[in-house]
Amino acid sequence: MNLAANNDAVVSPPLIELSGVSIAAAQEPGVALVEQVNWRLRAGEYWAVGGLQWSGKSDWLTTVAGLQQPSAGVHFLFGQETATLPQPELVAARLRVGLVFENGGRLFTQMTVEENVALPLRYHRNCSPEEAREAVAGLLELTGLTAFASQVTGQLNRSWRQRVALARALVLQPEVLLLDNPLTGLDPRQMRWWLDTLDALNAGHPSLAHRPLALVATTDDLRPWQARARQFALLQGRRWVPLGDRAGLAASGETALHEFLAV
Amino acid sequence: MEKESAPPIKLPLLQGVLAVPLPQSYLNFVGRQIFHFLQTIQGVGSFALITLGVTLTKFNVAWRVTHPLIRAQVDRAGMRLLPGIAFFGLVLGLVIVGQTVSLLQKVGAEQYAGTVMVTVLIRELGPLATALVVLARVGTAIVIELGLSRAQGEVEALEALGIDPVHYLVMPRVIGLAAAIFSLTVYLILVAVFSGYLFVFLQDVPLLPGDYFGQIASALAWEDFVLLGLKTATFGAIIATVTCYQGLAQRLRLEDVSEATTRAVAQSVAGCVLADALFILVYLLR
Repeated sequence: MNLAANNDAVVSPPLIELSGVSIAAAQEPGVALVEQVNWRLRAGEYWAVGGLQWSGKSDWLTTVAGLQQPSAGVHFLFGQETATLPQPELVAARLRVGLVFENGGRLFTQMTVEENVALPLRYHRNCSPEEAREAVAGLLELTGLTAFASQVTGQLNRSWRQRVALARALVLQPEVLLLDNPLTGLDPRQMRWWLDTLDALNAGHPSLAHRPLALVATTDDLRPWQARARQFALLQGRRWVPLGDRAGLAASGETALHEFLAV
Repeated sequence: MEKESAPPIKLPLLQGVLAVPLPQSYLNFVGRQIFHFLQTIQGVGSFALITLGVTLTKFNVAWRVTHPLIRAQVDRAGMRLLPGIAFFGLVLGLVIVGQTVSLLQKVGAEQYAGTVMVTVLIRELGPLATALVVLARVGTAIVIELGLSRAQGEVEALEALGIDPVHYLVMPRVIGLAAAIFSLTVYLILVAVFSGYLFVFLQDVPLLPGDYFGQIASALAWEDFVLLGLKTATFGAIIATVTCYQGLAQRLRLEDVSEATTRAVAQSVAGCVLADALFILVYLLR
């Protein structure tokens, strides 16, 4: 049964693909952060991508999301090359990818929690706040934010804001969820909540019609992800270092990995 | 015998100035300023064209989200400024209109009162003064709020959610400010005209209300209404475009926001004055 599932995963077309991709810093376009990345994300996968600070994790993630064009190489979103895709099709493809930014998720600080989560739905489906309310309520329940629905997000602390960003990223029912350092600065209880929730989303949560969500999380500490993610890679010294599955992670002789896993 | 020294050669003034080599640093400074000016023109121009394109093609896209934003901008730049504009109109009427009419009466040129009022107040002072009030009260706030949004990464978040920042942030401000400046100008003119007559009345100038308002009405042509609408909408569009451009065009650090605000005010004033000069040409040519 497991073997059959694995075979399905192997033959399924990649949702996102990077082929020979180099990524320049968004702030300084002349500075190459990562070079020659060859990577494929398939349905249902759960990646943890480690990297020290300034290793280019955020720029790598925004490139994967199609928000930033690579300085070299080819980027595919759902089988379509993003560099040649007309803007409406590119936006449509990008909407199938949810992105949670780091450090509080870059919320709209003047809006309430409910308004933040509802905005993408209201904008893309042109619906009123009342029409969006049902879909938003489900996600607020999933993220434990129902009690904060009418609170302005600028008044919330960072860990709750991060949850709002998760709900906002899920409201359009994406097929891929990208998370930029989601566990940074969280206490153990919050961290466990995130890991459990991501597991549930990856397995197929009722709020996403039980469809498994492909997950990619960047992190500067791989330890919490060791028992949760199923595929691993490192961004180290401008290199993309694939580490394979959990067994591959344990058996890897990559010296940089020891730095990540050391206490 | 003492040899006579040759008289010094006198160059014409301009030639003399040009003959003196300018310091390299000064030339560099002037060159940089010209280059920067051209860059700004290009940047604001491109931004204005993008905004126009988005407004024309996406006005009704996601209207349940964007139209309330337009109404919010009209409320913010129009309704909330109404008391201030009414006070400004009152002062303008007392100080300028009343005194002008009173003076014209003294020199026996009261038949020109209407023409002077229409030219000064309706064509020139009303629209420009309103635009400057809106720029000071709302334009500066736009630069700050959009600059902070950009600095906090909210614009990137909009893009990640597939929301066009020009459609969501700029279009409502452009339309809102254009509508607000038009409406406020009409109120300013009405209040100034009435308070002007109040001054005339208090000064015991022998001018009947019918004559006063009749002179103004007869000096007005239908083009004045059309051009007033066009001019005020243009001022609103200029102020909104320039302030949004300065807030959004580049990722500002918090310490850059004040400088961007100053730049936006200077460029908006320059833009409005230039547009005003173009409208004067239209008035002169008709």
